[in-house]
Amino acid sequence: MYRTQEGMGIWEHRGKVAAVGIGHAPTARRWDDRPETSVGAWAILAIRKAMEDAGVTPDQVDGLVLPPDTTTGSYWPEGRQVPADFRNAFKQTGDPLDGIAKLSADWILANMPELKNVKWARHATTCTSMAMAGAIQAVGDGLTHTCLVVKGWHNFSGRYYQGGANALPTVAGPGKYGSSLAGPASYATAMQFQRYCHKYGKNHDMMAPFMVNSRRNGLLFPEGYWAQHRPEALTVADYINARWVAKPANLFDNDIPIHTAAAYVITTAERAKDMRQKPVYVLNHAGAGTPGGATSAGVRARSVIANLEEVEACAAATGRKLLDGAGITSGDVAFENMYDGFSLFHVFHIEGLGFAGIKRGEALDLFQTDISIEGPNPVSPSGGNIGGGRTRFWNHTDSIQQIQGRAGARQIRIPAEIGISGGFFPMWSNFVIWSATPD
Amino acid sequence: MPKQSPVADDLDRPFWDACNAERLVIQHCNACGRFQHPPQPVCDSCGSAAQLVWREVSGRGTIYSYGVVYDTPISALQGDQPYNVAVIELADAPGINMMSHLPGTPVDEVPIGAPVTLIFEVTPGNGQKVPEWRVAR
Ligand SMILES: [Zn+2]
Repeated sequence: MYRTQEGMGIWEHRGKVAAVGIGHAPTARRWDDRPETSVGAWAILAIRKAMEDAGVTPDQVDGLVLPPDTTTGSYWPEGRQVPADFRNAFKQTGDPLDGIAKLSADWILANMPELKNVKWARHATTCTSMAMAGAIQAVGDGLTHTCLVVKGWHNFSGRYYQGGANALPTVAGPGKYGSSLAGPASYATAMQFQRYCHKYGKNHDMMAPFMVNSRRNGLLFPEGYWAQHRPEALTVADYINARWVAKPANLFDNDIPIHTAAAYVITTAERAKDMRQKPVYVLNHAGAGTPGGATSAGVRARSVIANLEEVEACAAATGRKLLDGAGITSGDVAFENMYDGFSLFHVFHIEGLGFAGIKRGEALDLFQTDISIEGPNPVSPSGGNIGGGRTRFWNHTDSIQQIQGRAGARQIRIPAEIGISGGFFPMWSNFVIWSATPD
Repeated sequence: MPKQSPVADDLDRPFWDACNAERLVIQHCNACGRFQHPPQPVCDSCGSAAQLVWREVSGRGTIYSYGVVYDTPISALQGDQPYNVAVIELADAPGINMMSHLPGTPVDEVPIGAPVTLIFEVTPGNGQKVPEWRVAR
């Protein structure tokens, strides 16, 4: 399913697969315990909107890919009963938390009987981009001709990752060598960024224009969390004075966990011609990882923790795979929506791609130039996770909408002919190169 | 600085037993001439289990990079926030790194590239000793 090797040549389905529909549920900071706002309910809502957006009827859909994992880092409290009104509102699968704290293909199909022709359903690993790349390859391979990509996120009340194993006096498993000595999920990226600053003579303050730009773009994203709930601009001072989580990663460098869902319709270029929206063609998909069928694991670090050089090597290899498989150069990429949650590794992603002609050590310099949607090198016009909340899907929505010319207030001023989106970590990623034309 | 006590398992017991004897040992594949850490059942490079041995190293190293943790979910560390977490590259085990709280180094005054020497610390949970590093004087 996944293109993780170098030297694979032009993607065999280049220009033969297209995105044609997008659907978003609302966003919330946390689930409010009502059945109709559960992650399952919102996934159904997003799917219906995506089909309507594409002009596809449910019976035309024959494929479904989703990551069954929906957690933002919050887990269903042990011993808490599943609310009766949820059980009454939806058909259940074998797992009582399905539709609340996870989301299986079986749950979607049981609760959407109108999707009666889905013959190909798969669970992808953890991330929107894994599901997206899997669906794209499956459509290219002819396993499905009209495929839904779905990603739901649940967020419950309470702090994240507290309690459980983290509260114990002892530690077992792989964490005993690494994570038990640091703690925050952003530590590794922060440590790599620290080395980056040391190596190239940069500093954390140089991230500020990127962060301000991302929030600005996020506030222009009507579906985003900040736009819907906290329409506040982020200033340079807000950013550089924010409290640290794992210095040099501060509060804003860590994306905010939210509760929401999105869906996409992926189909063949042939079928896309007759659908409602302008098709957005896929020139290639590729990334870093260790694939196994429909799943993909990250590239393993050489030792306890990946160093900057390993990250840079993976990001550069991903850039080569992406461009080579699409038959383009980095100069052809008009805008980039590479992943940003954590913000600091956005630097590594775009240097790997060579966006706007940058080389290693130059991303922070690029951020000091005009990276706005009005400028010559639109960086993260979606606003990403930083501007919209933790979903790993704003970037795909924006890329598709930019090329369709319906990104609204976020529409970039230069022609949106080719763009890129995907995530997540430099050593565990899937990206898509999108194009206005199939050739 | 008190931290969670590692619980040894069948695979890595030689590593933790050596720590209790204040020796640092790392898996080494005699076929590949290559160290690997954390421990694995087989060599990452050639897949051999038979050629894997535990080899003692000096523990001398250098500080590769670091972060300063202000907001950890790990209860045992919360009382010491903010604290340094450095990545140590070992001098006589190429490619191998380990993590350290750098006892004695003030918060956020971590000298990247500086040499460090190995010490051992007793952890409170079960008494297991763990490797730690100090900036060399
Ligand atoms: Zn070997």
